[in-house]
Amino acid sequence: MQPAPSNAEFRLDLFAVPAVLVSFLLLGFFVAAKTPDPLMALQAWTFMAGIGVALFWLVQHYKNGIPDDDRSAYANDIVKAGVIASMFWGIAGMLVGVIIALQLAFPTIFYFPDFPFTNFGRLRPLHTSAVVFAFGGNVLIATSFYVVQRTSKARLAGGLWPWFVFWGYQTFILVAGTGYLIGVTQGREYAEPEWYMDLWLTLVWVTYLLVFLGTLWKRKEPHIYVANWFYLAFIVTVAMLHIVNNLAVPVSWLGIKSYSAFAGVQDALTQWWYGHNAVGFFLTAGFLAIMYYFIPKQAQRPVYSYRLSIVHFWSLIFIYIWAGPHHLHYTALPVWAQTLGMTFSIMLWMPSWGGMINGLMTLSGAWDKLRTDPILRMLVVSVAFYGMSTFEGPVMSIKAVNALSHYTDWTIGHVHSGALGWVGFVSFGALYCLTPWLWKRQRLYSMSLVEWHFGISTIGIVFYITSMWVSGIMQGLMWRAYNDFGFLEYSFVETVEAMHPYYIIRAFGGLLYLTGTLIMAYNLWRTIRGDVRASEPLALGPQMTPQLATA
Amino acid sequence: MFNHGILERNSLLLVVGILIVVAIGGIVEIAPLFYLESTIEKVQGMRPYTPLELTGRTIYVREGCYLCHSQMIRPLRDEVERYGHYSLAAESMYDHPFQWGSKRTGPDLARVGAKYSDEWHRAHLADPRSVVPESVMPPYVFLANADINVDTIADALKAGSMVGMPYSDDMIANAKADLIAQATPDADGIDAFKKRYAKAEARDFDGDPKRVTEMDALIAYLQMLGTLVDFKTYQADAPENRR
Amino acid sequence: MDYDTISTFSKSWGLVYLVGLFLGVCIYAFWPRNQAKFDKAARVPLEEDDR
Repeated sequence: MQPAPSNAEFRLDLFAVPAVLVSFLLLGFFVAAKTPDPLMALQAWTFMAGIGVALFWLVQHYKNGIPDDDRSAYANDIVKAGVIASMFWGIAGMLVGVIIALQLAFPTIFYFPDFPFTNFGRLRPLHTSAVVFAFGGNVLIATSFYVVQRTSKARLAGGLWPWFVFWGYQTFILVAGTGYLIGVTQGREYAEPEWYMDLWLTLVWVTYLLVFLGTLWKRKEPHIYVANWFYLAFIVTVAMLHIVNNLAVPVSWLGIKSYSAFAGVQDALTQWWYGHNAVGFFLTAGFLAIMYYFIPKQAQRPVYSYRLSIVHFWSLIFIYIWAGPHHLHYTALPVWAQTLGMTFSIMLWMPSWGGMINGLMTLSGAWDKLRTDPILRMLVVSVAFYGMSTFEGPVMSIKAVNALSHYTDWTIGHVHSGALGWVGFVSFGALYCLTPWLWKRQRLYSMSLVEWHFGISTIGIVFYITSMWVSGIMQGLMWRAYNDFGFLEYSFVETVEAMHPYYIIRAFGGLLYLTGTLIMAYNLWRTIRGDVRASEPLALGPQMTPQLATA
Repeated sequence: MFNHGILERNSLLLVVGILIVVAIGGIVEIAPLFYLESTIEKVQGMRPYTPLELTGRTIYVREGCYLCHSQMIRPLRDEVERYGHYSLAAESMYDHPFQWGSKRTGPDLARVGAKYSDEWHRAHLADPRSVVPESVMPPYVFLANADINVDTIADALKAGSMVGMPYSDDMIANAKADLIAQATPDADGIDAFKKRYAKAEARDFDGDPKRVTEMDALIAYLQMLGTLVDFKTYQADAPENRR
Repeated sequence: MDYDTISTFSKSWGLVYLVGLFLGVCIYAFWPRNQAKFDKAARVPLEEDDR
């Protein structure tokens, strides 16, 4: 792994990154050998497998000297790796989602008493973490690495360190995800990984921040483009949330179990301050950065109002951070905190829609592109879904509405209108853009497959969210229904029984959405291979890559 | 104020600006909960979990029960009639982590303690549809065959006491014996155990007196949920309890 | 520290902070001299850049 002769400068990263990885490999081995806890041993071996793959990859790519990608103006291989990882985790996470939806619809078929790891309680964190952190996180890391280089006109900083971020993050996903299956969890929603993986993620995340900042420091543009503001807010805030929410004391340095630093009501608000801002900064700010780069790029028009984007940015991050208590309405949380959370949640409607308007109006004067370019259509529809769920959210944060909606499937429907419609579609749009750009293809393998993906997935979302609206509102009303004698009308289990048809429809909607994703994976795979669908000759292709269009 | 060029050109200032803006919200909302005396009500009866209950709680967390069951009864008429007195902040003051939950695919469990028999819980956990045909709950029959590793419980109590669970040295020293005693009928140390943990129920929870299984622990935990606070002495309208 | 102290502080200084921040951002965004810079920045994603 010695530097090539032509490169005279000393590259510390070429030694430091492998050294760090080997150190952690040894640490993993030490833990695996010493721990009395079989679950910890399994976690350690899984961790070593992840680090081992990273080391193997580094050796393969650097054994013949520094590869071309390491010398080029922009680091593209890491973005390519991110695109592939996003596809992989997306399919995995959505598949688990369909499985757990089927478990609730058909519990007699999809539960296996002899295999505890297939139980809903173990698989649901796997689903949420896989789609949010594995799929969404990889999309964010990949696009941020792409966007920060182009908008800074500078190569990614840190040499090999971005690869440490990439492989460190995949290792985190691998260990955390397999951990859920064997019963390793902190029991905090969307923050389930135990203390040692939280520490590992902190290390990876700080490296990510430094790589991103380092690239900004090298930039040749005087102004930092607004997409990078959103990426930066996402990285910095997630670091803060992650560290505070995961404060814990481990029972043993060689064991999986830890106890959270806070208890009860304080712990609840800390967790939902984290939980809501995982939505606000991971699933919103980060993906708004994608919107602010990929919609203008794909539409070949500057963003509708740059001034609005600045007001959007500061008001969004300022207001979002306060909204967490709306997850705890009518609980034992003091009322003043609930009121504060509700007030800011309603105010949040304004910056959210400001951002939506900014994204949609970027198309003004070029609406015809929606007819001809299915990728742009996907991006724009994602912003429409963003508008819908950021309207629904403030409504649900009103205490009177929340009294009905809380604890029901309405919340699940709301989450998925944002997750499938906004986060999913804007990610797919970005992946459809990135693949031909990165692999230097004139366009995707097939544009009509994009149309199919768009159509099937949209119908899937409609099935999903409408069934959850109906089941959620119905269950909420059934819980509070009284009969003529002043007694509760329904037992709890009667409300469960009433959910059955809607759980089937929901699983069907999810299956459609997964089908769309599989179509995309096929399309991207053929694009990467360099294929062009015979029935769609290039000359008729509606989409030219921006590079070639102006070449 | 108006020379914002510094802000844009200097990404570190941008980072600091972001941090200040996002930190203030969290500090203003969360920090007072630790200092305002009115956050947690004054109640009688709260005690730390017994070693067996704490083990059961760990299983509850491990299996992701909180993903479908809440432990937080809201002060709404139908909830109070269905589940019992609304939940107090004091009732989860030793819960690391809290398990209030966010979804009721199944019913609230905040006061499930003593509502069903141990036999019912065993049958229900092993095969939920054998007692509730419409249930969508997963089966947990494997708990009855999983012996508890009783050697690590003292470390668990010690770690718990570091974050604020009120375990005395006496409790930590006797953790292993207390764990076994609570699940074993007529055990020697049962009187000392009951002295350490007021109102703790000791019996063979899983129907297998020879073993201390995860089924013992989980049922012991479920059977004590919501039973600690003495609501006869709790005055909701007292000034110190109004929030 | 009791509820009323925090409440009074929040209702006064909280309001000043909130309004001040919003005004500051708006002034920055709409300051005439920044217009040209923003117009240029908005075109950054469109520039030909794939080296």
